Formats: sequence, C-alpha cells, structure tokens
Amino acid sequence: MIRFENVSVTYDGAARPAVRDVDLEVPEGELVLVVGPSGVGKSTVLGAVSGLVPHFTGGTLHGRVTVAGRDTRTHKPRELADVVGTVGQDPLSHFVTDTVEDELAYGMESLGLPPDVMRRRVEETLDLLGLADLRDRHISTLSGGQQQRVAIGSVLTPHPKVLVLDEPTSALDPAAAEEVLAVLQRLVHDLGTTVLMAEHRLERVVQYADQVVLLPGPGERPRMGAPAEVMAVSPVCPPVVELGRLAGWSPLPLTVRDARRRAAPLRERLEGRQPERDTAAPGTAPPARRLFGRARKQDDGTPEPVAEVLSLAVRRDRVRALTRVDLTVSPGETVALMGRNGAGKSTLLGALVGLVAPSSGSVRTGGAVPHRTRPRDLVRKVGLVPQEPRDLLYADTVAAECAAADKDAEAEPGTCRALLGELLPSVADDAHPRDLSEGQRLTLALAVVLTARPPLLLLDEPTRGLDYAAKARLTAILRRLAAEGHAIVMATHDVELAAELAHRVVLLAEGEVIADGPSAEVVVASPAFAPQVAKILAPQPWLTVAQVKEALES
Amino acid sequence: MREARGSGGPGLARPRPERKTPPVGVPAPRSRRAQLHPGAWWLWALALGTAATRTTNPLLLALLITVSGYVVAVRRPHTPWARSYGAFVKLAAAVLLLRLAFAVVLGSPIPGTHTLFTLPEVPLPDWAQGIRLGGRVTAEGLTFALYDALRLAALLICVGAANALASPSRLLKSLPGALYELGVAVVVALTFAPNLIADVRRLRAARRLRGRPDKGVRGLVQVGLPVLEGALERSVSLAAAMDARGYGRTAEVPDAVRRTTAALTLGGLLGVCAGTYGLLTAAGGGYGLPVLLAGLASALAGLWLGGRRTLRTRYRPDPWDARAWLVTASGVAVAALMILAGSLDPGALNPGVVPLEPPTLPLWPAAAVLLGLLPAFVTPAPEAARDPRKEPTT
Repeated sequence: MIRFENVSVTYDGAARPAVRDVDLEVPEGELVLVVGPSGVGKSTVLGAVSGLVPHFTGGTLHGRVTVAGRDTRTHKPRELADVVGTVGQDPLSHFVTDTVEDELAYGMESLGLPPDVMRRRVEETLDLLGLADLRDRHISTLSGGQQQRVAIGSVLTPHPKVLVLDEPTSALDPAAAEEVLAVLQRLVHDLGTTVLMAEHRLERVVQYADQVVLLPGPGERPRMGAPAEVMAVSPVCPPVVELGRLAGWSPLPLTVRDARRRAAPLRERLEGRQPERDTAAPGTAPPARRLFGRARKQDDGTPEPVAEVLSLAVRRDRVRALTRVDLTVSPGETVALMGRNGAGKSTLLGALVGLVAPSSGSVRTGGAVPHRTRPRDLVRKVGLVPQEPRDLLYADTVAAECAAADKDAEAEPGTCRALLGELLPSVADDAHPRDLSEGQRLTLALAVVLTARPPLLLLDEPTRGLDYAAKARLTAILRRLAAEGHAIVMATHDVELAAELAHRVVLLAEGEVIADGPSAEVVVASPAFAPQVAKILAPQPWLTVAQVKEALES
Repeated sequence: MREARGSGGPGLARPRPERKTPPVGVPAPRSRRAQLHPGAWWLWALALGTAATRTTNPLLLALLITVSGYVVAVRRPHTPWARSYGAFVKLAAAVLLLRLAFAVVLGSPIPGTHTLFTLPEVPLPDWAQGIRLGGRVTAEGLTFALYDALRLAALLICVGAANALASPSRLLKSLPGALYELGVAVVVALTFAPNLIADVRRLRAARRLRGRPDKGVRGLVQVGLPVLEGALERSVSLAAAMDARGYGRTAEVPDAVRRTTAALTLGGLLGVCAGTYGLLTAAGGGYGLPVLLAGLASALAGLWLGGRRTLRTRYRPDPWDARAWLVTASGVAVAALMILAGSLDPGALNPGVVPLEPPTLPLWPAAAVLLGLLPAFVTPAPEAARDPRKEPTT
C-alpha cells in the first residue's frame, strides 16, 4: 500500500538529510507504528506519505514514495487526498469549518462526491466515532479527545485507504486516548484501513501495532519488524517492555496481560520487599493537613507550606471551572494533578500563579496573594512552565533569552546560563529557541523560570511531545529540584511520570478534588491512572521499573 | 462501513460511550434542516440597514435597532460566533460617543442659538482655516451630531445582527463554485482575528510568568512579534491541512474554455465599471444602463463557466424555502417603504434641528419598521443550548 524506495529527504539549508535510505513497504490493512527518539524524522516520514513533504515543506526528496500506486513526486497532496487522510499533531489547526458535521463533510466536498453519498458517509462516521450527539456542536467547544476524534473522522469520510496520524494521543488524558485508539482498532479491523502512526507514548499504542518501524537515530537506516522484535532493541520502549527486558522475558511481552502471565516468578522474587520510598514526602500527612492545614501548621513543627489553597472556586463565563478546592503544598513535595481534559488542572495552576483570579476562597503562595502581587515579586515565589513552553520565550537566541531572564529575575548575570548548562549541556548559545527540540525548549523554559529560584515550581503537561530519553532527563532534573527543597506541582496525563516523581496525586474531576493522597494509593486504585508496572505486579506496591530494578539488585 | 459496524469480532474494542452525558430533559437535537438560509438573514439585516440610512429620526432609528435587537435576541443560534452581536453593539456605542466628542471639540457647521457651554477656543494658523478647536457648543449642533451618529450606529447594529444570526462562513457555503476558494480565504482571514486575540491574551499571561508587567502598551508591543509568528505558523499548518484534504482540486477543462472564462470575467468587470461611471455622470445617461447590464451578464457568465473547473459538491446546502422568502421580503419591505416615505414626506424622516424641535414619530413609517419583526415569528427557534459548558482542552 505504501512503498518507500531508497528515500532520503534533505530540507533546505540543512547540512544532513533528515531521513536517509528509508526502504520499506507497508502492506494493506496493517497498523504500523513509527517510533524513535525526538528529531529522527518521524514526522518527515509521515509527511512524505501524504505528499506534504516535499510539496509543502520544501526540501529535496530522493528516491520514490508510492501510495496506492501513485507516486508522490507527480501527485500533489490534494491529488492524494482521496487515498491518504492525514491528521497532524494539533487537531485545532486542522479544522476548516466550525461545526462537527460540516467538518466531516469538508473533505468529501473538495473531492466532489455526490450529495447523497456524503450524507450517508457523514451519518456512518458519526456513529463509528461516537460523535452523533455532537454533530451540531461548534468545534471550539469540544474537549481534546472529542476534537481528536472529529479530526480523524474528517479525514475518514472520503474513505482513504491510508490514514496517517502524527501523535494522535499525546495531548489526551488516558481515557480519551483509549477512545481514539479504540476507533483506530475498529478502522483497521472492520474497514481494512492501513494506518501509519507516530507516537511517543508507546505504553498506550504498542500493543495495537502489527509492525513497528524504528528510526534509531538521525540519519540512521530504519528498521521494520514485529513489535516484540523491534522493541527488544529499541532505544525507546514502554515500561512493560523495560520490565520484560529487566526480567529477561523472551519473547518480550507488549501488553500488561501478557506480562502479568509471565510475572509470577518475578512477583515471588519481590515478595517481602518494599519499594524504596524516596516518595515519603517531608513530613506530610496530606488528607488531615489538607483540612486543618492552617490550624495545625504552627504547633506540629512542619515547615510553612509554600502554597495554600482554601475552598477555592473559579467561575469563567458562568462555567464553574473549580469548586471548593483545598490544597496545601509543603517544601520539597511533588504533587501530580491528574484528571481528564478540562477537569480544571490548568485553571488550578493558573490560580496558583495569579493568572486566574479566584471567585471565592483564597490562594496564597509563599505568603502572597498571587493575582494581587506584582509579577516581578511573584516570580521569586512561584514559577510556571506553561503547556507550550515557547510562550515563555521571546528572544532570538538562547543567550539573549538567558540574559533577559537574569534581568527579569534580578539575578546575577549568568545565573540562567549556568542553570541551563547544568540541565542541558549540549545547547549552543546562538541557537534560536524555535529550532530547539521539544525537550530542549522545555528545559530552556524551565531554566528561565528557575532563574528566580522560586520555592514553588508549577509545570503544565511537561511531557507532551517528549521522548523517553527527554522524559528521563526531565525526571532526573525534577527529582533533584525536589531534593533541593523546591515544591513541584505538575498537571499531567502521563501516569508513568506521576508514578516516577510524585509523592502525592490529586485527582480532579469537574473542577472538584475527588482524591488526594500518596501516589501509590491513588494511582493504583484507579485502573485508568495506574502505571503499567503497578498493573503487572499488583497486588504488590511497585510503581516503576526503577524501583523493581533497585529491589532486585539489592 | 455500514455492514462493518455491526460485526464486532473478538478482540474488537468498542468505542467508549461519550464521557459527558447530555443533560437530562433536553430534546433530541433538531435537524439543521430547520435552519434558515443564511442569505435570507443577511438580506433582511442589510435591508434594515438600508432603511436606517434613509432617516435621521431618532425615534425611527431606535425602533429599527429595537426590532433588529429583538429578532437577534430570540433567534440567534448558540454558537460562539453569535456573541459577536455584543461587540457590534459596543462598537456602535463607541461610534456614537466619538461623533459627539468631535462635535463638542471641533464644533459643528450647524448654526445654533441655544449655547450649552463654551469651550476655550484654540487659535489655529491660517492654513487650518475652516477648522475650529473649542468654542461654542450649541444644542442644535449636538442634536444634529447625535442624529447623524445614531444612523451610523443603527447601520452597524444591523450588520452585527446579520453576523449573529448567520455567521459569514455559513453564507460562504452558498457562494457560486468559482468564488468558493476566494471565500475560504476570506473566512480563514476572518478567523485569524479571534485567534490573534486569544494569542495576545496567552502571551501577555506568559509575560506575567516571566515577571514582567502584563499590562500596558509596552507589554502589548513586546508580544507582537511572537503573536504574529504564531499566527503565521498556524495559517501555514492550516493551509497544509487543507491541501492534504483536497482543497483546490480542479477538473481538467479545455484551454478554450479557460480563455473564454477569463475574457468574459474581465470584460464583464470592465463593462460594470464603465456602466457605473456612465450612470453617475450626467453625460452618460444614455449608454450607462445598457453597458452596466451587459457587463453584469458577461461577468456572471464568466463565473458560471469558471464553476466548471471546480469539482466541489455541497453537503446539505441550506434550502431557500418559503420562510427565507418571507424573511427577505419583510426586510425589503421595510427598506422600500422607508425610501418611499422619504420621498413623500422627507420632513418626518429627517426632523429639523434648526429651529430645535422634538422629533415626532411618523405613524406609517413606524408601522413599516415593525414589519421587520416578521422573522421572529416565521423562523424556527434556535435549539436550546445543550451544553453551555465549554470543555477547555488542557
């Protein structure tokens, strides 16, 4: 269905090809996953299938890509529109019309399908993707998972033979991701659609793949094979595979179920041991403190909390974004805020940093009321790395950005650059922030925020778009910061990250706190939020591969 | 697809049910068949606007604004776009105030005897003759400015009503095939503005995170470049998405047809220009109208021929039904009657300000304006807001 013959792509002005010697064939009806670290050219490979590379992006493509017998060299993307459906990383930039139904019809209108066919296919697709109740809704009012499903539906209606998806679940909460993946499963099973997909969160998708294409490094020859084989050598792999490698299981299990069936001996070996708890946060008994935090903090000798939220409510446009939220964060504590898209996580972070004024209740960070404090003073009390780290960066070069950060924070010149050097040794001074990889940009934003040394650090969805290596680096950095006494609050959908880092997990739903307790208890209690290792080794209390490894080695 | 849906084989994950259950007690979604053709709304609103330009009687203008406002209040759909009405009303109010402020500061050509107060007059050099700064402010001058501004405000509010009742992108669906792509470009440009505002907000918030003041003009200037960069990037990715979805696919047409299309369209436009010029100048009274009509016909033929190049089909086009006729007719009737009234009794529609006299409500033009209320009764009510809660993406 898709053939790459000796394909190399070199972008204009780049010294080296973005991908080299790609030679592969994707048979009809398979779900093929493209994996690899950031920046190895996954998006380039996907773009070459839809013809956007090189027709739209520029650059030179050597070799030949054919899709359903059509050569992308002679067919422009619009002439491939009836065989290839493409959904990019950000579904919002994909939508042309305003309502769900019109969006589903748009592609068919462009192809000139007869009205009765369009009508039938729109109805079928609405049912297939579970969108029937949303048909008249304005797209901007949908949640992230719903938008992603609309985006998939909109390219599905022209009945393409190939579906190309770039990170379809990265921005979604676990439940919404499952929704989208269930839809993809159906397409592959029922309609025989060929799906080519890139995704960083392998733990969510690898079990659905028929084959995996591994791009091991920039410019290296890709490798294609059965998921278990490729995962055995892949530099990026989900926790279940990592655990399998650690325990020496062969063939490697890809699903929690397979792993569980093999795990009995491992569970026996781990019997009687307890995970090393660096997670016992400095002197916290969260639920009790949460209610009586103010009353008790003086007499029990615990440190002054860096943030205190008391029965906070936020209303926006007559919608309750948060209701009666209580939260206390102590120094050195790492808290993960979890919950589905739109549960109020970002609003809570916004309230802590003064971007959102409370409608009632109180917020205090470091003794100050954030939305009434001057920004210049506030940066020394609390720092937020927003979901899109690029928003924080204005300058043309990394060096200028760092200088500006020193000035903003009234820190000694060079503070930010030194911090950045520690966090990210390889970055050049004259690089443009826009040209950095997702992970590098996040680290730069982190360094900028840390320049003012805020005792409370907030992160909104920090692992979106990060590969496992970048995630591991981020985890190490955040651990160190927590050990130095920074309190960290992060909003995340990434259950593995929460399991690795958080001492405490706060679950939000519909703007209310529905659970607040030690990570091990909260995440394991919920099937959607439990990390893979916890599912495999239940009922034992292990959360991460690192914990298991440590226990086995000791 | 239909056959496939039923066959849930083993290992087939069922899509999860919708996580947000619709609120209880809400009727099933009404078919969008019930929607009125957007062109009818625009014609109705623009006709009301035309009516507004024919009068300066504040009572009639207020009546026009009330009529259009009432129809908007009861018939606007629950879409984000419909909220633009508020923005138009604010704009109209701003125009009104600005006009009054100018009348106070720059004076008014209207001679008046009722001096309200006198501002100190700024002496201006010779070359600025005819311009006055400060000086006497008369009741007559202010009233005249108020009437004048009210007319403009009414026109703006009517355009706002059209926007709220049927968004321009819905109107776009009814464009002829040859103009469609142009129309998409316009709509994408229109959505640019709200996105830009959202970006400015987000980046100003980000400035606060950097410890810089997030208010004031300097803050706005500094986020300018990143905002434009972001907007540009978004446009490029939208263009890529549209291209990948088949936007701009054309059918092969013979060269002869293409050349004829170009000739007809260009010639037609030239004819329209020449004809309009002829109509407007005294000398061209004889040839003006025929040339204009010939030009129009030729341009339309060009458009029709051009439409053959596009493959596009339309999904559920809004039908032009009896209600659309009624709505359009009610608007056109208001405009026509107002124009008629203007020629029969200009005094009632344009109350004098010198000497100052209270405006009176001329009865039958007022009754004519009330005809504009017809759409509130013949069009279907908008669907109740089903889930007003915006589900923000994280």
